Amino acid sequence: MNVTSARGYLDTASAEPLHPAARETLLAALDRGYADPRRLHRAGRDARLLLDNARAVVAECIGARADEIGFAASGTDAVHRGLLGLARARSGEGVVHSAVEHSAVLQAVGWQDSPAHQSVPVDAAGRVDLAAMADAARRPGVAVVALQAANQEVGTVQPVDALDLPDDVPLFVDAAASVGRLPLPTRWSALAASAHKWGGPGGVGVLAVRRSARWTTPFPGDDGLDQLSGSTWVPGALAAAAALQAVLAERDETAARQHAQVDRIRACAGALPDTEVVGDPVDRLPHLITFSCLYVSGDELVAGLDRRGFGVASGSACTASTLEPSHVLAAMGALTHGNVRVSLRADTTDDEVEGFCAALTAVVTDIRAGIGT
Amino acid sequence: MTAEIDCRGRVCPGPIIELAKALPGIAVGDVLAVVADDPAARHDVPAWCRMRGQEYVGEETADDGVPRYVVRRLS
Repeated sequence: MNVTSARGYLDTASAEPLHPAARETLLAALDRGYADPRRLHRAGRDARLLLDNARAVVAECIGARADEIGFAASGTDAVHRGLLGLARARSGEGVVHSAVEHSAVLQAVGWQDSPAHQSVPVDAAGRVDLAAMADAARRPGVAVVALQAANQEVGTVQPVDALDLPDDVPLFVDAAASVGRLPLPTRWSALAASAHKWGGPGGVGVLAVRRSARWTTPFPGDDGLDQLSGSTWVPGALAAAAALQAVLAERDETAARQHAQVDRIRACAGALPDTEVVGDPVDRLPHLITFSCLYVSGDELVAGLDRRGFGVASGSACTASTLEPSHVLAAMGALTHGNVRVSLRADTTDDEVEGFCAALTAVVTDIRAGIGT
Repeated sequence: MTAEIDCRGRVCPGPIIELAKALPGIAVGDVLAVVADDPAARHDVPAWCRMRGQEYVGEETADDGVPRYVVRRLS
């Protein structure tokens, strides 16, 4: 496992540190996978071998066939190509999506305005209203439905396989938060993921498109999954596959440990006055917990925890590039200020979690002492 | 006459801190309006009311177009 250099880094929902299996594979593949896999010379065939190996491994890991897998330039790129490609192959243009999809999905939806787009509300735990989504999918002009496997900010798992869709409406699943951590939904037409969220290298997105699905590349370029974003970074794809295989081999063990650690943080955060833990407490991602502290600003929390050696994310507006707070928290009716998202590494220790809990209590107490509430 | 607090130009959690300080100053059953241009207030005033057992009455608009969030003190 990783050495202690990442100790205190608790933002793996943004990017997990490179898995040792990925590092090893990447270094070996850099010297072998440099050529263009479309070429017929020896170096090209060598790169092709590595790329096909990466596709086969990733396919097996996510429940697909090797020829259903393509590598994109990032998770966002995979989302855009997957969602817009399903829409482009249909006559309508409307996208029905949950209100808590990742911003990559919402940006793809907003790329082309349509009166047929519809955002489906979620409950206080962040779980989509399945009946409302099924109804919305049956309206005229709907091209595709987008529903994430689990929410990237609050960890709530979405009941994707329980969604009742008409046979002709394709389903796009953003599985970036779930891959390597939970069993995946099986009912999708296209599925996207991002390697650096499971310990693969950055700059590797995965797009899976079912052979039975109608999909047309939405951007300039050839149809087909083999060279999605121009030339594929073959060493990166292979390293991503190696990391995913390694992570999956340890998945249940890791998840059980992280569940217990998250429960410890949940108890600590819940014991702070005026603090609300958000997201489903049971049916959730194993490594992630989110809470909001009343009367405290998110940037002060992030800075205070950083000074004590802990790196966390926040959905509060003051920590974002815009003044708008997290659309996920807003859709759930949760407090948007004072928000912290903690996401554990596969090698986060119990001792580290105890240290975090102590730091959190101290930071919140200090900030509140300064404002007189 | 509704009591009002002016939180124009304040960002989160400023308007919510002011709301928490001001609400005890009005009688139970009366309403208090928070005028705030911070976009987070639209979500955080109702969330605060839910967490604190107060009633969120709804959103109005002040004369200068800034949102005005109305809260009724229940306890």
